[in-house]
Amino acid sequence: MNLFQAPCRLHVNGVAMWAPRLPGWERARTILSGGEAAPTLPATRPSPELLPPNERRRAPDTVAVALEVALAACRNADLEPTALSCVFGSTHGDLAITDYMCSTLASTPAQLSPTRFHNSVHNAAAGYWTIGADCVRPYTAISAGAYTFGAGLLEASAQALSSGENILFVCYDIDARGPLATMAPSNGLLSSALVLGPQHGPRVLAALDLTLNTADGLIASRARAGNAALVAGNASETCLPFMEALALGGERDIVCLAAPGLGLTLSLRPI
Amino acid sequence: MQPPRITAFTATCAAGSGRAELLRSLRAGQSGLRANDFGREPLATWIGRVAGVEDAALPAEFSSYECRNNRLAWLGMQRDGFLDTTRAALARYGADRVALVLGTSTASVGATEEAYARLTPAGDFPEELRHPAVHTPHSTGDFLQRILGLRNLSITVATACSSSAKAFAQAARLLELGIADAVIAGGVDSLCGSVLFGFNSLELMARDPCRPFDAARRGINIGEAAAFALLERSGFGPRLSGCGESSDAHHMSAPHPAGRGARQAMTEALNRAGAEPREVGYINLHGTASLLNDEIEARAVADMFPAATHASSTKGWTGHTLGAAGALEAVIALLSLESGFLPGNLNARELDVACGPQIRLASATGRPRYAMSNSFGFGGSNCVLLFAADPA
Repeated sequence: MNLFQAPCRLHVNGVAMWAPRLPGWERARTILSGGEAAPTLPATRPSPELLPPNERRRAPDTVAVALEVALAACRNADLEPTALSCVFGSTHGDLAITDYMCSTLASTPAQLSPTRFHNSVHNAAAGYWTIGADCVRPYTAISAGAYTFGAGLLEASAQALSSGENILFVCYDIDARGPLATMAPSNGLLSSALVLGPQHGPRVLAALDLTLNTADGLIASRARAGNAALVAGNASETCLPFMEALALGGERDIVCLAAPGLGLTLSLRPI
Repeated sequence: MQPPRITAFTATCAAGSGRAELLRSLRAGQSGLRANDFGREPLATWIGRVAGVEDAALPAEFSSYECRNNRLAWLGMQRDGFLDTTRAALARYGADRVALVLGTSTASVGATEEAYARLTPAGDFPEELRHPAVHTPHSTGDFLQRILGLRNLSITVATACSSSAKAFAQAARLLELGIADAVIAGGVDSLCGSVLFGFNSLELMARDPCRPFDAARRGINIGEAAAFALLERSGFGPRLSGCGESSDAHHMSAPHPAGRGARQAMTEALNRAGAEPREVGYINLHGTASLLNDEIEARAVADMFPAATHASSTKGWTGHTLGAAGALEAVIALLSLESGFLPGNLNARELDVACGPQIRLASATGRPRYAMSNSFGFGGSNCVLLFAADPA
């Protein structure tokens, strides 16, 4: 198997998405395909159903948006979360907690909150997901800067191809806070999730052929301007062209970058 | 595919800069730990600090990547000829065929902490720290990709203390699927306020040198390290025979009480390698010297391995280097295959009752066929690497 030499086939067995103006995949699918206008009033932050009720409101934004789509994608796929290894990608991680940590360290370091500290790890959302879903399968948590969605999708695909099993891929970023916002800008909440597998799942959406190529001047596909505006400025907005293609259905080729000059061509084919 | 070869490897930590120094410290029982002298108001603890990071400026054209973590990465990469070997691999395979998978827990957040401590009166980052490339988790992966001229994947794995062990597992997948012909797998984590005060807030830090597996251990010491390995499908060197990854699905900052995930990861690494527990001559344990980890890990090892297996934690030499620990301790496991030197548990005086005969106070020599390295992280992320001597 060599992704550079011949396309490798996977299936999109489940999908989910959440942003304040794309609240859930069913609405997102209609909005992104032009069948409905985006809501003018943004939806409020989802409440992570998998967490105990007393922890839901206190959960960090990253955990709330990541767990929302992770669970929704498993339901969309009609697959048990316990059966899925997962890849969680986020460009910047929890920017609100980083802002808190750095502010507190600058003023009263000895008063740092232990809960905020253990929530500051990049794998916090993945950790809470496996705890909430009682999933003992492995997860990873990655970042690749501006290439996080492509690099994470490539790793998720590599795991699915290597293991022959379904995998859950979740990608999310949240609002930047405080002085850090000038260096690591990100606006709004956005998360997307895919269940990918070598075989058809019970509710397969499309076949997905993956090809890798390297070239100078490779350009990533872009979403329609009106759709792009709905998540503009979020550090995970690079998920949108692929999510839009899934919403539109049919035969579509999307190029997303997994690194500078490393193109991952995602060819969606109807089943 | 045959398991990948480790064709080059290196490590820089408090116990030595490069393989020869590290092995000398291990053999001499010479700890690299020292009383905490890091930061403005150092906590009363001991740390594993790498000497000279402050003076190791990056090449001028990479000044926008300046921070402790990237300096440590660059310093570490220049030891043991690793940079030359990497450049030779780039020349041989092409820049588009060499990937990087870098494990880190906190990347260069130390630079962000510094900016917050020195904000301008208007509340902005000070001029010299206005470099977006360093204030993000992929800082070091991005820096190394650019300075090495890599044109394949460069990805940061950040799963806390299992990060750079998982980097090896991901590197093996990239080779298996033909995504790359050579992969640099590594780990870099550097001292910063977040981890020192963070672990302090969890009351997990020892005030004195850490004593892994000691009955009277009092917690961890934080360290820093940069460690790298070059993985290829062919060539010469030990093999990465098996990786085992699992999740505890139990708690964010405490291990599963029965070591469920740890056992699962060790079993999977053995199964993937087709190896028997008795063939594992050395296990480099996670052994942080925290109360819970060591007890649970000791019980798992006692249940799974015969008495002849030599197992130890080397954190008494290096401290817990967090996201770099997986790669650093992979290097120590590889050194045990190469040299036959099997470290003991430095600083431990009386082993915890949970320890079986596998866990040794004293160092020894042997000829391990396989060497294992355990890494377990916050969020219940476990990764076990199993290396085989060449020829195995």
